[in-house]
Amino acid sequence: MNWAGLYTVLSGVNRHSTAIGRIWLSVIFIFRIMVLVVAAESVWGDEKSAFTCNTQQPGCNSVCYDHFFPISHIRLWALQLILVTTPALLVAMHVAYQQHQEKKLLVLTGHADAKHMEEVKKHKMRISGSLWWTYVCSVVFRLLFEAVFMYIFYMLYPGYQMMRLVKCEAYPCPNTVDCFISRPTEKTIFTVFMLVTSSICIVLNMAELIYLVVRACARRSHHNSNPSSGKGSFYGHKHSSEYKQNEINQLLTEQDGSLKDMLRRNSGLQEKGDRCSAC
Amino acid sequence: MDWGALHTILGGVNKHSTSIGKIWLTVLFIFRIMILVVAAERVWGDEQDDFVCNTLQPGCKNVCYDHFFPISHIRLWALQLIFVSTPALLVAMHVAYRRHEKKRQFRKGDKKCEYKDIEEIRSQRFHIEGSLWWTYTGSIFFRLIFEAVFMYAFYYMYDGYQMPRLMKCSAWPCPNTVDCFVSRPTEKTVFTIFMIAVSSICILLNVAELCYLLTKFFLRRSKKSGNAKQQPNHENKEETKQNEMNELISDSCQNTVIGFSS
Repeated sequence: MNWAGLYTVLSGVNRHSTAIGRIWLSVIFIFRIMVLVVAAESVWGDEKSAFTCNTQQPGCNSVCYDHFFPISHIRLWALQLILVTTPALLVAMHVAYQQHQEKKLLVLTGHADAKHMEEVKKHKMRISGSLWWTYVCSVVFRLLFEAVFMYIFYMLYPGYQMMRLVKCEAYPCPNTVDCFISRPTEKTIFTVFMLVTSSICIVLNMAELIYLVVRACARRSHHNSNPSSGKGSFYGHKHSSEYKQNEINQLLTEQDGSLKDMLRRNSGLQEKGDRCSAC
Repeated sequence: MDWGALHTILGGVNKHSTSIGKIWLTVLFIFRIMILVVAAERVWGDEQDDFVCNTLQPGCKNVCYDHFFPISHIRLWALQLIFVSTPALLVAMHVAYRRHEKKRQFRKGDKKCEYKDIEEIRSQRFHIEGSLWWTYTGSIFFRLIFEAVFMYAFYYMYDGYQMPRLMKCSAWPCPNTVDCFVSRPTEKTVFTIFMIAVSSICILLNVAELCYLLTKFFLRRSKKSGNAKQQPNHENKEETKQNEMNELISDSCQNTVIGFSS
């Protein structure tokens, strides 16, 4: 299981994401994971072996390295990328659960043939209802993890800049000893690059959050202004039979042609003029 | 045969697991195996080369390293992950045995067999009941035991989960007591704690799955004894079916594709 395995797992989720979500995933894989694997790992590859201290005291080198680099940049980035990409699996689990419910319904209504089962697997889920909440939660978690790791980075390595020389006086080093870091400029460049892409990902996540919220509010206001929506509250609507019938009709008009035809033939539903959008 | 191959083997078992089992498998592969391969192996990569002792005595460094690290963390974790993921293969074997029996029935032309062709048998998902329930519960039980045993082994061998920076060694041929320095102790401590935390999460998931299976078992049992007392009523069945359909529709109404016949 490595980055390629993670890519396989996450590209399945991509189908049910918004357009911004797909852009975010591409940025993560191309500008962060790929740069990490292809470039950054070789820059940090000799970080310990080429960390040299001006002393012959055995152990001083190890102790000074450990003091200045409690956890390497590469490992922090790897943890950050894994934690930032995994909230998308919440969405995948919810989608799988909804597909399971749809299949159960197909079985109960007697439409459980292979063709309809395949269509359930292939059709794209709309991000509305409880799936909307799951999706929004996953975006919030992503933002949180990004922010936490950027803060940890800042705390561990103040200023994001890699020094060329550090002065160390931990035991067993005699007095203060000069220690030299390998490739400090290259490391600074890559640190700044990863920081910039991390900020871009934060901006994309915030844009996605705003987009989802705006879309939900627009749907809700469209639903509220709909004259045939009947009595008072949104939640009262949800369970009225007229609301359900309108929803089914709308779903039928929006969904795949063949499935639509099949349902119309079998359940004898009538299409009504007005549309009631689900929120 | 590597972690990728294990992923392929266990992915097949995933189909017959409960939802908690699927979450457990995801946590195992992403937060344990992937972290091990992508990060932890690099941290421990130079553990012996950069283990430095304050002495010129030949052999002292080797002996001290062997004394303090009888088995490396990485190898212990690899063993733990293999042992913990393989009880799922018991379930895979049981499912394969059932499929084999059904195929045999189908080939004999048994009228009781309800499948249309061999492909349907191959792709069918079995419910966790009967003897498969016992196999599945047994596999979870073994997983729990292996996790606990390895966590104890870790604690016992390394006196707690922290990696010290300096170790004092007096094994022969080291003259007197010699200072030995471990490479990257802080980073190793961070990853050890991370792996312990994820291992605890996996233990909790397994306990939850065990409770879920037991609850389902007792519910089914009480339902069966309840049904046996009632007389079979055709109208009740239709009503239950309609209720279930209505529930499914109202639960996932926005994303459900299907209409229902009233």
